[in-house]
Amino acid sequence: MEASSTAAAGGPRPNLSRGRTPRSVGESIIKALLFVAALISIATTVGIVVSLLAETIEFFSQVGILEYLLGTKWTPLAGGDQKSFGVLPLISGTLYLTALGLIVAVPLGLGSAIYLAEYASPRARRIIKPVLELLAGIPTIVLGYFALTFITPVVLQGIFGIEVLIFNALSAGLALGVLILPVVATLADDALRSVPSSLREGAFGLGASKPQVVLRVVFPAALSGIVAALVLAASRAIGETVIVLVAGGASANLGIDPRESFQNMAAFIAQTARGDIAAQSVEFLTIFAVGTTLFVMTLILNAISIRFVRRFQQVYE
Amino acid sequence: MKQVTERPESSSEARSAAGAGPGPAGTQAHNGRTTGPGTAPAATGAATTKPSVDTPPVFEIEKLTVRYGGKLAVHDVSFDITEKRITALIGASGCGKSTFIRSLNRMNDLIPSATVEGSVRYHGQNLYASEVDAVQVRKRIGMVFQKPNPFPKSIYDNIAFGPRVLGMDGNMDEMVERALRRGALWDEVKDRLKTNAFGMSGGQQQRLCIARALATDPDVLLMDEPASALDPISTGHIEDLMFELKERYSIVIVTHNMQQAARVSDMTAFFTVVVDEASGHRHGEVVEYDETEKVFTNPSDERTEAYVTGRVG
Repeated sequence: MEASSTAAAGGPRPNLSRGRTPRSVGESIIKALLFVAALISIATTVGIVVSLLAETIEFFSQVGILEYLLGTKWTPLAGGDQKSFGVLPLISGTLYLTALGLIVAVPLGLGSAIYLAEYASPRARRIIKPVLELLAGIPTIVLGYFALTFITPVVLQGIFGIEVLIFNALSAGLALGVLILPVVATLADDALRSVPSSLREGAFGLGASKPQVVLRVVFPAALSGIVAALVLAASRAIGETVIVLVAGGASANLGIDPRESFQNMAAFIAQTARGDIAAQSVEFLTIFAVGTTLFVMTLILNAISIRFVRRFQQVYE
Repeated sequence: MKQVTERPESSSEARSAAGAGPGPAGTQAHNGRTTGPGTAPAATGAATTKPSVDTPPVFEIEKLTVRYGGKLAVHDVSFDITEKRITALIGASGCGKSTFIRSLNRMNDLIPSATVEGSVRYHGQNLYASEVDAVQVRKRIGMVFQKPNPFPKSIYDNIAFGPRVLGMDGNMDEMVERALRRGALWDEVKDRLKTNAFGMSGGQQQRLCIARALATDPDVLLMDEPASALDPISTGHIEDLMFELKERYSIVIVTHNMQQAARVSDMTAFFTVVVDEASGHRHGEVVEYDETEKVFTNPSDERTEAYVTGRVG
């Protein structure tokens, strides 16, 4: 490299000092840009939390925190004496609708994942996997109207003859299940396929049959990834707005009858924010209180799943 | 550790073999011949005497040809594998040793594109007959793989897996202890049976996999390069274990390590790579199958001689 080859034996010291070259300048610009990108996303998160908390604190200066957390009647938009700020019906409605969605999506999703990862021929896989991913791309508003105009009148009332209300939890829950089914199926499929084939061979080599290999070796080995898939699906269902808004109805319901209408927290926020309410009124502030509650719920769920995944994760070479 | 001190020559040889390239392997193969099988009877007694002609075969392989997706992998292999002996399969990479050993318990069934012609008779019964269930075959013919592959479960559950899926009757604790003792692992792990098998060393994991295969009481143990991922001391453990196991089981072992083949085996099959001149496609064939001592000292084919003396491969 050096033009002067006189430096061979004890010649002048080679210049190793850091110089300003076009390359080093470019690198520091890139580094700064990347740092700004990271900073903006952090700042956004902090900003959201701060604005949520500020309005939430304002809300709790007008409504008692115990009344909010323990009350069983949620009618913040009603007039006069009918006003009540018990959030339990919203929380239970959220969990109930999520549970209905999971009841649909977990067996179907895990079933398709096991089929895709362990049984499907490469050709079947090439067809089914993109179809599942297409299902994940359906806008939720389409699913919501599908629930309202097809599942409720045709499937539930027509085929099964169930006397459901026009807005009901059952059809919203089924639509939620369709929404999160591809999440469960594709992520669980990834988890199953990441189990090294040496484990399958080991089990086959011991005389295990295919179902034994799948259920006793591959599935447990993929458990942490499967749980992560289920938690992500549950988070998706908990925060889902449009399907519940369109098909689930608008009454915060503490019951468990799936034929009645239910509301979840996200749908309440959407409905209220659209409505004709005065800024800084207590009705306006409920949006932020419920938003904070939803935020805390998904945070807890994610924290639990991270702990679980770390606890059961197997690191394969 | 105890077993290593009993047969120090085996582990020291293995140590030198581990670092040896193809060049010096030739001279060491001679060492292996003189010290390996020669000292083995001292440790295991009469079991290492030459296989006599009247020992019944456990496998009779006839014109076995395996293809992957139509491409030839192993061509026209025929020989008998003797019962309660260690049979080594040697040869350069890509010569079909692993494909061949996997056809002995129908593990190749797991590869959808694999096709098998010819026959493998196991105690007289063709494994590839249409009425034969591969699951039943693998219950009797266990397999140990190149890389230790314990399940992400406890040591106990790893051993108990085979007996459980086969629905074996009996006291599970006793079965687990017996398998771990046969796998020469009991003393090291008896106080931590409930801990995850991933916490063991590589050598322990491989002995666990051997013990796991023994727990179902198979008739044959197939080992596909069982020591290639292990250090010399662990390799010594595995080889000692094989000497003990051949009193009960017929063992077939694939190995790249010629010293190991010379030390542990009674019979040796030498595979070679055949290149199709027209297409350039490579497949494996068996060149020579004989008693290990003969293969290593007085091979009848010059390709075998070139390989065992280290001039090729």
